[in-house]
Amino acid sequence: MALTREQLAQRVAQELRDGYYVNLGIGIPTLVSNYVPDGMEVMLQSENGLLGMGPFPTEDTIDADTINAGKQTVTAVKGASFFSSAESFEMIRGGHVDLTVLGAFEVDVHGNIASWMIPGKLIKGMGGAMDLVAGADNIIVTMTHADRHGNSKLLDQCTLPLTGAACIKRVVTDLAYLEIRDGAFHLIERAPGVAVDEIKSKTAGKLVVPASVPEMSLT
Amino acid sequence: MSGFDKVVPDVASALDGLSDGMTLICGGFGLCGIPENLIAEVKRLGVKDLSVVSNNCGIDGFGLGVLFEDDQIRHVRSSYVGENKLFEKLFLDGTIDVDLVPQGTLAERMRAGGAGIPAFFTATGYGTQVAEGKETREINGRHYVLEEAIRGDFALVKAWKADRYGNAIYRNTARNFNPMAAAAGKVTVMEVEEIVEPGELDPNFIHTPGIYVDRLIQSTFEKRIEFRTVSEG
Repeated sequence: MALTREQLAQRVAQELRDGYYVNLGIGIPTLVSNYVPDGMEVMLQSENGLLGMGPFPTEDTIDADTINAGKQTVTAVKGASFFSSAESFEMIRGGHVDLTVLGAFEVDVHGNIASWMIPGKLIKGMGGAMDLVAGADNIIVTMTHADRHGNSKLLDQCTLPLTGAACIKRVVTDLAYLEIRDGAFHLIERAPGVAVDEIKSKTAGKLVVPASVPEMSLT
Repeated sequence: MSGFDKVVPDVASALDGLSDGMTLICGGFGLCGIPENLIAEVKRLGVKDLSVVSNNCGIDGFGLGVLFEDDQIRHVRSSYVGENKLFEKLFLDGTIDVDLVPQGTLAERMRAGGAGIPAFFTATGYGTQVAEGKETREINGRHYVLEEAIRGDFALVKAWKADRYGNAIYRNTARNFNPMAAAAGKVTVMEVEEIVEPGELDPNFIHTPGIYVDRLIQSTFEKRIEFRTVSEG
């Protein structure tokens, strides 16, 4: 069975480490914060100028001056800090953020990512995505393996305008966990109950499949 | 009062000299920390052909969004311009030019403008549309794009508190682009929730020193929330 959004977030959360500063993109990446393992502390960076983002506020504590990068009202945890947008991207560009998780439309075997614009559709802008992929060393892309028409999103060459070139090394989809190196996707884990053949048929880009592919553990 | 007193009597004097065709740098992220009363005054003044630099462009009927109603903006430089139907229409029919800039690059270009740095190299956007037509360079094995500084004829800034000299403090994530905007304006106009006397703010905790601020005004703010999200109890 393909992973649900929550299970995908659960799998990504296994990549968290105690003491990590983490930037989570909008959508599935945001859900990762619900699965921080017990006893582990991570600090969420929101690129509009908050390190130590907490949960949504209650009606009593809602504050128009405290929002996340998706412009939603949030809170700041104990030990948080606020700073300017320039400083926020100094953290990102300077490689100080330990893990970045973001979504994508397409990823290719060269580590290119397309996530911000579909020609012919309304262009809203890249926001901070280009800075995040250029600045972070440790990036995980989360997305569905194929689009809703069944077209693979893991390609030999991205077809959409790029967000960043040669910057993605790890992808977690609803079907598999893959690493990108030497011009190919390497299948590392498959979602529970998903056959390697299904992953092969839904991966358009060059795919390297080892003799045995373990199932993900989601506990 | 002293020559360092930046307080002006009203919004009209705060924006005195703003005219057609000028570049306006505006602080704020979404609707958070925007100089909402100064923007309203720009609308009342009716100046046209403005070139606006701001991370976002407000929403229909609020923030910078109101300046599209009377066709006051010709050019926009932003990182994200969603959530605004009138803007979308003007964008699609070519009434306004839009230059999309990665958010960190936009912040740094504004910072460079205020800091007297004409341009800088960044890896952001290398190999993408953003780098098209720009100088690139390989430094220590990595590729970078040359990005130029941005300055504004006017900068409109919102802070939380300031003393009369313009030494200012921002609150929470309402800081965002405001400090860079403050430094990048030839004329920087700041509106705040509270003006206090010099000496009342601890000099250790000033975010924007008064040297960057030319005109200061106290306002009341609606502080509209774009996406109101709450959790249970």
